[in-house]
Formats: sequence, C-alpha cells, structure tokens
Amino acid sequence: MAFKGKVLICQGTSGVSGGAHIVSEALKQKLHESGLSDRYEIKRVGDRGLFRDVLIDIISPNGYRWTYERVSVEDVDEIVESHLIRGEPVKRLLAGDDYRMFFEGQLRWVLKNCGEIDPEDIEDYISVGGYEALRKALHEMTPEDVINEIAASGLRGRGGAGFPTGVKWRICRGYEAPTRYVICNADEGDPGAFMDRSVLEGDPHSVIEGLIIAGYAIGASKGFIYCRAEYPLAIRRLKIALQQARDKGFIGKDILGSGFSFDIVLKEGAGAFVCGEETALIASIEGRRGMPRARPPFPAEKGLWGMPTVINNVETLANVPRIIVNGAGWFSSVGTDGSKGTKVFALAGKVKNTGLVEVPMGVTLRQLVFGPGGGMARKGYAFKAVQIGGPSGGCLPEELLDTPIDYESLTQAGAIMGSGGLIVLDEGTCMVDVAKFFLSFTVAESCGKCIPCRVGLVRLYEVLDRITKGEGVEGDIEFLELLGSAIRETALCGLGKTAPNPVLTTVRYFRGEYEAHIKDRRCPAGVCVPLLRFEVDEGKCIKCGRCARVCPVGAIAWERGSFPIIDRSKCIKCRACIIECPEHAIN
Amino acid sequence: MPAVYINGSKVEAKDGATILQAALDAGIYIPHLCHHPDLEPAGICRLCLVEVEGRGIVASCQAQVEDGMAVWTETPMVQKARQISLELLLTNHLGDCLSCPKDNECKLQEVASYIGINEERFKQLRMLAPQFPLDESNPFFLRDPNRCVLCGICVRTCDEIQGIGAINYAFRGFATTIATFGNKPIVESNCESCGECVVRCPTGALVPKNYRKPAKEVKSICPYCGVGCSIYLGVRGNEVVFVRGDKDSPVNEGQLCVKGRFGFGFINSPERLRKPLVKRNGEFVEVTWDEALDLVASKFSQYKGDQFAAVASARCTNEENYLVQKFARAVMQTNNVDNCARLCHAPTVAGLNIAYGTGGGTNPISDIDGASCIFVIGSNTTVAHPVVGTRIRRAARRGATLIVADPRRIELFNHAHVCLQQRPGSDVALLMGMARVIYEQGLHDEEFIRERCENFEAFVESLEQFELDFVEEVTNVPKEKIIQAATLYATRKPSLIIYSLGITEHSHGAENVLALANLAMLTGNVGKPSAGVMPLRGQNNVQGACDMGCIPASFPGYQPVKDGAVRRKFEKAWGCRLSEKPGLTLVEMFQEALKGNVRAFYIVGMDLAYSMPNARMVWEALERAEFVVVQEILMTGTAKFAHVILPGASFAEKDGTFTNLERRVQLIRKAIEPIGDARPDWWITCEIAKRMGATGFDYSHPSEVMDEIARLTPSFAGMSFARLEGAGIQWPCTSPDHPGTPILHIEAFNTPTGKGHFSPLQYKPPAEMPDDEYPLILTTGRSLYHFHLSMTRRVEGLLALHPEERIWLNPKDASKLGIADGDKVKVISRRGEVFTRAKVTEDVAPGTAFMTFHFYETPTNILVNEALCPIAKTPEFKVTAIRVERA
Ligand SMILES: Cc1cc2nc3c(=O)[nH]c(=O)nc-3n(C[C@H](O)[C@H](O)[C@H](O)COP(=O)(O)O)c2cc1C
Ligand code: SF4
Ligand code: SF4
Ligand code: SF4
Ligand code: FES
Repeated sequence: MAFKGKVLICQGTSGVSGGAHIVSEALKQKLHESGLSDRYEIKRVGDRGLFRDVLIDIISPNGYRWTYERVSVEDVDEIVESHLIRGEPVKRLLAGDDYRMFFEGQLRWVLKNCGEIDPEDIEDYISVGGYEALRKALHEMTPEDVINEIAASGLRGRGGAGFPTGVKWRICRGYEAPTRYVICNADEGDPGAFMDRSVLEGDPHSVIEGLIIAGYAIGASKGFIYCRAEYPLAIRRLKIALQQARDKGFIGKDILGSGFSFDIVLKEGAGAFVCGEETALIASIEGRRGMPRARPPFPAEKGLWGMPTVINNVETLANVPRIIVNGAGWFSSVGTDGSKGTKVFALAGKVKNTGLVEVPMGVTLRQLVFGPGGGMARKGYAFKAVQIGGPSGGCLPEELLDTPIDYESLTQAGAIMGSGGLIVLDEGTCMVDVAKFFLSFTVAESCGKCIPCRVGLVRLYEVLDRITKGEGVEGDIEFLELLGSAIRETALCGLGKTAPNPVLTTVRYFRGEYEAHIKDRRCPAGVCVPLLRFEVDEGKCIKCGRCARVCPVGAIAWERGSFPIIDRSKCIKCRACIIECPEHAIN
Repeated sequence: MPAVYINGSKVEAKDGATILQAALDAGIYIPHLCHHPDLEPAGICRLCLVEVEGRGIVASCQAQVEDGMAVWTETPMVQKARQISLELLLTNHLGDCLSCPKDNECKLQEVASYIGINEERFKQLRMLAPQFPLDESNPFFLRDPNRCVLCGICVRTCDEIQGIGAINYAFRGFATTIATFGNKPIVESNCESCGECVVRCPTGALVPKNYRKPAKEVKSICPYCGVGCSIYLGVRGNEVVFVRGDKDSPVNEGQLCVKGRFGFGFINSPERLRKPLVKRNGEFVEVTWDEALDLVASKFSQYKGDQFAAVASARCTNEENYLVQKFARAVMQTNNVDNCARLCHAPTVAGLNIAYGTGGGTNPISDIDGASCIFVIGSNTTVAHPVVGTRIRRAARRGATLIVADPRRIELFNHAHVCLQQRPGSDVALLMGMARVIYEQGLHDEEFIRERCENFEAFVESLEQFELDFVEEVTNVPKEKIIQAATLYATRKPSLIIYSLGITEHSHGAENVLALANLAMLTGNVGKPSAGVMPLRGQNNVQGACDMGCIPASFPGYQPVKDGAVRRKFEKAWGCRLSEKPGLTLVEMFQEALKGNVRAFYIVGMDLAYSMPNARMVWEALERAEFVVVQEILMTGTAKFAHVILPGASFAEKDGTFTNLERRVQLIRKAIEPIGDARPDWWITCEIAKRMGATGFDYSHPSEVMDEIARLTPSFAGMSFARLEGAGIQWPCTSPDHPGTPILHIEAFNTPTGKGHFSPLQYKPPAEMPDDEYPLILTTGRSLYHFHLSMTRRVEGLLALHPEERIWLNPKDASKLGIADGDKVKVISRRGEVFTRAKVTEDVAPGTAFMTFHFYETPTNILVNEALCPIAKTPEFKVTAIRVERA
C-alpha cells in the first residue's frame, strides 16, 4: 500500500478557539467529496505555541511538508483543489518568514511532540518512542538508578523555584513511611503562561509517563495530577490519556510485570493562583482551603496526608522520559553550568511573534527577544524592558538584555525564572504602571493568611496608585523600597516573598521614571492619564495630522502644514492620539 | 536535648521544640500573636521573627531548634521587620481599646507595647477599613470582625481542638475574613457554641457576651455530665460570673462544652429555692428550717422500715450520697435506697461486674488519645458527653479508626470510617455477629482467652445462632459492614469501646453490656492502655452515687448487704442493726407505692417525675404516697408533688467530691455562700437524722465523711480530701500511698476466680415491637444544649439555642403520615400521648423516631415503656412503640 499523505490540524485551546474543529470537518468533507479520503488522513495534533490559527500542515505521501497558517473554512476548498489536486500550494496562506524565524532559534525537546502527534491516541505517542522510558526504568533500572540518572542530568524544577529534581526525589525516598505520593503540579496560575497547558493538550502521555517514573523512583503508591479547572481541554485529554494508559497496563497493578503498582488520580484545581504553591496545593487535595503553610517540613518529608511527597511541575516531568531514554549526558550537554536542558517561555507583549518558545538554557534575553520573538512589534517604539517570571518576576532593562537565561543570573538581576512568563515592554510602557498592574494581580490572589502579604501588598499598591495619579509625595520611593523588602523578607510563602519583585526591580532600574511622576508630575511614557497634559511638542511634531484623524471626539484641530491644536475642554483623555503619533510628540 | 544559644546564652530545649517555645520556656520573651500552645503553629502574624545565624530571618513559632543553633531575638533587622508587620497589622484595626471588652487582656496590646510603632510610618500606613457588622447571633458570645487580626486561632481551635471546622478563612487578599460556611450568622452554622475559640481569641474579636471580670477563681468540677471536667468558677461578690476550663486537668485539658462553659446561670438564678417550703392546703408556704426539719423528722419516724424509700442524687457529692444511704439503712432501717443510675447505667454495673468483677469503666478518658481503633456504640458522644466527643473526633482526625453504631445518623458519623445504623434494640445481635466474624476469621486473641478468661466454650456455642444473614435481618445492617467493623475492631489494636445509654437503656441492657465485655475479651482488649470498655456515665456523680452504696443491694464500694461479714462491719461502725434484705430498685419503689407498700419518700436532687418511664404511673404513685420530701435547688416537676421541699445548696456552694466516668474522685469547692436560706445537702440529711435521735451524724465538714468512707470501703481506703487536691484519684485506691488505678484488670480480673467471664447470649427482641397500631419505634436521648430539665432551662442562652421539643421523623414516614417539617403532631404510645412539632430529617432511619426529654411542656417519658431489664432493673427508654398523628 502506498504511503498516505497527512493533514495535521493543530487543535489545542488556541486552535480550537480559532475554529480548528470546523476547518477539520470541512476538510474531511472536501477530501471525501474529492475522492481523496484514502490518500490523505486527517490528524488532530496539539498547538505549536504560535498564534497563527488555524494552523495546518500538509504532508504529502512522499514526505514533503507545507505549513499553512490562519486557515479558515472558506480556504478549505481552495487548499484541497489547488494543492492536493493540482499540486499547486496556495501561496497566500503558506506560513511566512516569521513562522520560520519563530522556530529556528528554538530547541524543542519538551514541545517536541506538540503539534506532531495525536494527543488522544496513545498509539501515536508509542509510535514516536513513548513509554520506552517507562519500560527501560522498570526493567533495566532500580529506583536508585533512576534517581541517579535524573540527578546527574542536572534537571531542575520548572515550576519556579528550580530545585534539583533528582535531589528532591532522593530526599523523599529517604524518609521511611507507610507510603509516599507524587503530584504533578498542573495548576499553572501565572496570567499569560500556558506552556503546561500546551504540553498537557498536545502531549499528555509524556507527563503521565514522567509521573509514573517519578512514582517508581521514590516508591510512591499513588500519583495525582492537580490541574487547573480552567483548562477543560487539558482535563479532557488527561482523562482520555489516563484511561488509555490504564488499558495498556502502564498504570495499575504490577506495571509491565515489574511488580511496581501505581495509580494516578486527576484532581481539578480550586481556582486560585496560590493553589499552585505546593503546600497550598496539598491542602487543596486534602479537601481543605488552599492556603500555604510554612516549610520546613517540606512536602518531601511531610506532604499529602503527612506522607513524604514529591511535587513536580508539568514541564519538569515531561523532561523525565526524555532523560531516561537519551541519558543524563545528552541532557546536560545543553545549558549552562548550573542550569541544564531547555526552558519553555510564554513570550508575550510588544514583540512580533508571541507564543511558546523553547530555548536552551543560557541563551541571552536578547537572543530570545530578537530571535524567535522577531524583534519589536510596533514601529517607532524601541525595546524598554522585559518582565520575566510572571507577575512576581522582575523587570529587566535594556542594559541587562545580555543576561543569560539561567536560574542564578536571573535571580541576581532581581528577576526569577518563575514558570517562564516573559513579557516584552516597549517605550510606550510606563514602568510605574506596569508595577502596579502586576501587583494588582498578587494583591487579589494573596490567600490572606499572613500579614505582610495580605496587608502589605495593598499598601504598596496604594502608593503606586497615588504615584500614577500624580499624587506621589517625597519619600514614596523609599517607602516602596522599605515595605517591599520587608514583605519579601517576612512573608510566609513564595507568593508574598516574590510579589514585591516588579516594584523593587522597576524602582531599581527605572528610578528616574518614578521620580518624574513624583517630582515633575509627568509620565514619561505617556500612559498615566491623570499626569498627561495632552500637549503637542512642536520640536518633535512632523505635522502629519494623524492624531487629528484618530481623535474620537474631534478635539484636535489640524490643517495641513501646521501644528495640531488640542482643545482640552473636549478631550476625554483616551490617549488615542498619543498612541497614534509616530514621533511620540504628544504628551 | 538540643542546646541553642539565644542572644548568646545557652538554653536547653525540648526535642522538637520550636525556637519560640524554647525561648518562652527559658523566660525569654519573643512577641507572638498567632501562636497558641494548644495549636499547631501557623506562621501568620510574622511578629515572632528572629534571626538565626546562617539562615536569616525566620518565624520562631515554626522553626524547630537544632543543636548549636544561634538565635538573636532583637537585632535591628528583626526589630524593623517585626515593627513593619505590626504596623501593617494595626493599619486597619479598630483602635478604640478603652471600649473593647478585651482591654488589658488583649494580646495585640501586649505585642504592640513591646514592639512599638514608628509614628511617622504608621501615619502613612494607617487606613481604616469600613466597619463590618457584628455577629451577635450566638447567645453566649459576640463576633466583632473589626477587632479581628486574622490570626486564625479560632479557625485552628475549631478544627484541631473541637474537630468541627465551623469557621474558616473566607475570600482572598485584603478582603479575607473569618466566616462560617456561606458567611451566615454563626448560630446557623454547625458551631456547637463550645466557646473554645472565644477563650483563645487574642483580641476583642470573640468575646463572651455580658462578660464581667471575676474577682477570684475557685477550682471545681462541672456539674453537668459524667465526664467530670475540671473548671474554675469565676466569682464576683456572691455570684458566679464566669467559668473556664482547667488546663492542667487530665480529664478535659482545659476544654469545656457549651453547658459547662456557659450554663452556669442556674446557680444565681432568681428561681433558686431560698426557703424550706411546706405544702398546706395544696399551697407551698415558706417555713423556718426548724419547722421544716422537725416536721420531716417526726413524720419519717412513723415510716421506718421498708415502707420508706430514699432516692439519692447523682448531682450531689459522694459524701452526701454516703449520708443518704447511711440514713436510709441506719436510721430508717431499710435498704430501699437507689439513685438515677437505675435509669441509666445499672446494666453497666451489673454487666461489667459479671464479666470483669468491677462495675466501672476500665480505662481513663485520656486513653482515647492512644487508641488505634475506637468503637462507639449507643452513645451520641458529641452531644451527651461533648468533651469526650471532641476527643474522639480528634483521635479520628489523627488517624485512629473510628467505628460508630447508632440507630440515628449522629454527628460522629461524619468522622467515622464505618457507620452502622442498627435497628433500636438489636445490639446483642450486632455485637454477637461481630464476635462471630472475629472468631471465624481467627482474629481472636487465643492466648489472652486461655490465660485470662473462662467460660469461652459456652460463649462460642452461643455464637451459633448469629449467622450473618440472621444478624443482617435483625439489625438491618448490611453483612459487609458488620464484617468490616469486626475486622477493624479486631485488628487495629489497641481498640477501645465507648458506649452509653443506647446500650443500657433496654429491657436486656445488662446483656448488651455483656456482649461488649465479650467482644473486648475476645480480642484481648482488656487490662491494657487505650483498650477496654468505657461506659459514659450520664450525670456528674452518678458513678459516685453507686460507689457510695445508694443502690439497694450494696454498701459503699459494692460490698453486698447480703454478706454477713460486711454487714457486721457496718453495724459496728454505725452502731445499729442493719437489714440483710436487698431493697427496692427505683422503678419498683414506685410500683410498690402504687400498691400502698411504700408510703414515704425522701427524694434528693432528682426530677424523677419527668425522667422516669411511664411518667403517669410515677405521678400517681407520688400522689398516693403519704409523705414526700424533696430536697432540691430549683422548683422541679417532682418537687411539686412534695409535702416538704428542702432547699439544697448547689455544687458551687459547698465542698465535697464527685466521681467521674473514669472512676476519678475529684474535689469540688465552695465558691459562694448558699443562695438565700439554702443549706448543703449533707447538713440537711444529718439534721433530719439527728432530730430523729440518731447518732453518727455529727460532722463539721464533708472531709470527715470522706474519712469515714475511707475507713469502711476498701476501694476508697487511701482517699482523703488532702490527697484529692490536684487531679483527684481513680479508685480503687486501697491505701494512703496507693496512687489510684487508671486501668483496671491489668494483672487479673476482679471476679472471684480472677478470670474474665464470657457470657453466652441470645438475641431477644425489645419488650415492645412496632405493630399495626403503633408502627414506629421511638428512641429517646439528649440535646447538646440541655441536660435534664430544671437546670438548663434556667439558662437563657441554652434555651435560645434549643427552645422546644421536636420529634424527629424520617421523610418517608413523614410523607406517609402527611406530616411536614414543623407541623404540630400528637405522639401516642400504649401509655399516653404528648403534643409536639415534627422535625423531618434523614438522620433517623425509616421506621424510627427520636425525642429528647428536656421539656416539661412535652413530657416525653409519659410515652416510654417501663419494661425492665431483669438483671439490672433498668427500663427500656430506647424502644417504645408509638403512633404519630397530625394534631
Ligand atoms: C504562589 C505560587 C504559585 C505557584 N504556582 C505554581 C504553578 O502553577 N505550577 C507549578 O508547577 N508550580 C507552581 N509553584 C511552585 C510550586 O510551589 C513548586 O515549587 C513546584 O510545583 C515544584 O515543582 P518543580 O520542582 O518541578 O518545579 C508556585 C509557587 C508559588 C509560591
Ligand atoms: S505570602 Fe500571601 S499567599 Fe503566601 S501565605 Fe502569606 S498571605 Fe498567603
Ligand atoms: S476572631 Fe480572634 S482568634 Fe479568630 S482570627 Fe480573629 S483575632 Fe484571631
Ligand atoms: S464555639 Fe466552638 S464550635 Fe463554635 S466556632 Fe468556636 S470552637 Fe467552633
Ligand atoms: S507567632 Fe509566629 S508568626 Fe505569629
């Protein structure tokens, strides 16, 4: 039988919301009508991390591959008729340079299968080597061997803190107890982060396999996957995958005849950011309110129901099967001294390509932003800062763009690796406003248990708020520093300890901007509305008149060749003109 | 023992201690707010921060000491961090300390004055949040969220100590508050009003209502149930204004239930009896003590012998009970003396006596903590014995296996691993069924049975009858559950059995007790720590009333009246002849009175007209009696039948001892003068005796009575008031240097052969079974908020929490009868009828109904069958066939 061609359709959350199901149905119909059903098979795959939906790949029976982006139902007929029947790819829909650039700078280990295999079919996973690692671990390695291999690989936790995974496992196994547990932390609560979701939706078996291997290594009887309830597709796919793995005998009693028995339970999260913190997560699984408790004792000693428990992040676990199959040496060949392997980032903000990128540890921020990121998105707005590590990460300025991405360097710079949120900010961003924005998230998500976080963050927020309103006073900056560092030192859990980071780093790297707000009552980026004067800087203005055209209330009078005049009694301070002006001439 | 260096000086710390504990123990203060010694550390307030060399700033309430650790409690960094935490804490705290009830006792004030605030910065931080409404719904305490510092002590108390979790954190971030489920007023939650959270709250956020600070405190024992919690009475003038638990007591470790903590209002109630009363022309008139006592003495002189009966009080002290039986036996020349144990735990005394040789619980309450398995049957513990109930909940929370068997779905079901909802009256079948499973699976303790027990073969033979199919049929409990419960009980050792009136108040109550005794012996669970059987005695001194010989067949210490040597000992001591004929038991006294054989009653502190079965029969008997003396603190339903009422002193007004359910004899102390003209009961009994010309009733203080008890009672031989200071002594205590006996039967049983005696048993249905005319089974019990009748109804708050009777009906039965929740209904038995309202609830199984007996308005006991257990003569309160109609 001749090889069949394939049509891959990305159907993760992003693909589905872009209409992938409808496109898929239409394609099926069209192939059928055109008599191509037995030459091309349609295959559902996960998202690839780039927002170009609907994204489809056509792989011809002899293995050539074309990628189409932004495909809609209306394009289906054309693609089938032109490309599949006439052999003429539809040029206007083919993925362009951006797409290529986005993937070129990446090293996709964790995301390898995302967008390539059918996440709802265990056979597809097995066909690319899935569950080989489990077989190898159970049949050829002792639990200690597994731990040693993971330790030797240098894998560190991808959930934020970066604790060496092998060491964590070894500590946990070292505690005598009636039973032990292992938990996969799939609570991914950072706004903007979706790497764990993509893995769960695109390659759930790799996480399950990693979890079983972890269970074997530490001697656990049961594993849990604690997944955000806001991830219905991931939950659905995990359920399917767990059932399939159970049917295949990868989960259950006496797995693959090894004598090792292990079950996995899927738990839906309680819908709070702090539930991703490991002790809060444990409380939540135990049926209590998800509130952190102080460590030590660490979960590895006393975790779920008091038993030694390993908690690992989705991405951490997804790395495990790959390390077991390819060896520690393979993994540690990539990265820096302290940080091995790759890291997935959710690249967002003012860059051309936003989405998930996986890069080797040790590449610089600049390489990331201007490589896969494709550089700045808005013409005329230069790079200003990156916020790395999610809402409790830090803002790093241009001068630090050559900082290598590894745990130590980022921490030293005042940011954190976090779970891998990375937001690029351009000149149109006010750093006080940014700090306030991130803080508003942690203020709302503080669990309310300890005082510095519950009350202190609100007080920090209030000061930022008054600065952005032009009501800042002498001493506010010092107060932010004092209170921010006090919270960092005294809060109980990671949320409170890191929540002041955006404030502290922006004060550290953009102090002048704060001072401008307080002393000059001016927002240099033109963001803080109460501080804006809506004046045209005649030194900068090129008299193009674009501002007059965008003003929704007609408050700007302009005649060709002259400076525009803003009628402040009409102005509603919507900032349309400021954003429109190519020369940043309006303030 | 790790040694740490705190501020440079070496401190020896306990293993596993936190830095804070180690420092406080060494007299070094570290400010702290959310720490409470009874609770797990939480690390909330961040005021206890210290600097540990090499680790930086840590919360000392959580960090454990390590050998050689260097801790600095007052570095500039620490001070700054603490100060900022404190300022943040105060930013939105209501600052009107002077009008706060906790002023001067507030821990927030204490830490604030120690740490101090930076005025400048504080001004910047200060921001008063909007005022939140108070929660005044609970009658005993107030919740003021505006004074709350969210330390979580209340939340942890309710969870860790009380085991309920009625309150928790709610919402997030700055909006976080402490709330009940659904943020409802606290009375609408599952809060049990125990007040444990209130006593621990460091601020004015949780305060007792109408709190008045006591001027002094007097140590005593709670007057309600048989747990015997140790308390401090807070006294102001001649009034008891506050009660708190005694932290040093092994019985309750400071804990109290709602009645013990808040139910003291009856002591100074305006309704207390203040003068002796004599009934003239159907009206009570006040008389002097001389008049009353002379009248009683002259009348009683006419009824000597078996035409007289005395009912002793399970509310009164051991000394008073001793005197009542001494009076009955020595002065009135009859053994007709009994007490309310006849209505509750006489089957325990009889049953455990047959099986083990001692009619008391085998193990101390604190043994609950160490049990691997706890089997609770026929006890709604969290309601009737709340402080033991919370201990059980805590044990289950800690990981002990909890098996609960009860016809009703009681609160403990929520915490149990196995729940068995057996049909009322089917306990022997259930327990023998379990025994059979254990025996057949080979889970019995052969060595224990061989070495320590007798009559095992006959017992095994009697298991024959208890095929599991038959047991399932009789008990309505699925076989699998019986097997599960039996297996757990037999394998999770040590296993402890806890039971109460659900076992005893049956026409075969003693057999139920024997079935439990069998089960414990079968698995070798006797004579060991955290094992055994623990009967939960009903009233504060019901154990003592029996111990003191207020039972018709025994002198104090269960010395039989039939035993000639014993009799001669007492005759010599008391200087009189004593009857060898065992007297009448409680129900029999009234049955005989109806026949005219008993003609005079001396009733001390018992509201028997409403607490005995077939109440109408009792009323008739009382009416028929020629002379009835009632000694009481409040006007009761029984007192109304009296010819003379003698006002007694409450427990707060006298010295003496109570004996709790674990045989612990504990001192109560006079805290206030008797109310009005009331007199201690021991004085009254002695006065009557003396006025009848008796000798041997000249005591100047109850301690002299105890000395006499000790002389005459081997198991009390080592007791004296001096020795009872502190936590009391558990009898047997046979000599002045004997430490008491927390656990019975360690070496041998107290039976004549020294062996534990197995009893073969047969299943017998209850005396009354449902039929077409009376299709439902009524079972009775207690409410958390009431005790019997007279005391708790004088406490406004308790009445508010539970104002009236309700008959619980299963929705299936209710709908068949066309009855909706809250409907007025008529409840009819073969003996009478009462009116009440219905509570429709799944908590009773179809075919069964439940009522309490706390309300004079609804005298439930009119309905109840007086069928007696042939061995213990205890009536069947727990099974009455009834019919319910809409009214
Ligand atoms: C506020 C807070 C939120 C967190 N949320 C997550 C999360 O969503 N996912 C995650 O994997 N780890 C999260 N963590 C980190 C976990 O506590 C924990 O360190 C991690 O799951 C350990 O796994 P790893 O060693 O594989 O990184 C969070 C931590 C904090 C303090
Ligand atoms: S730091 Fe914040 S989130 Fe963490 S325990 Fe404290 S209040 Fe809760
Ligand atoms: S009510 Fe009292 S005990 Fe409870 S959190 Fe508030 S201050 Fe603490
Ligand atoms: S009174 Fe008792 S039951 Fe009620 S909330 Fe407080 S601790 Fe819990
Ligand atoms: S006492 Fe340690 S944090 Fe409150």
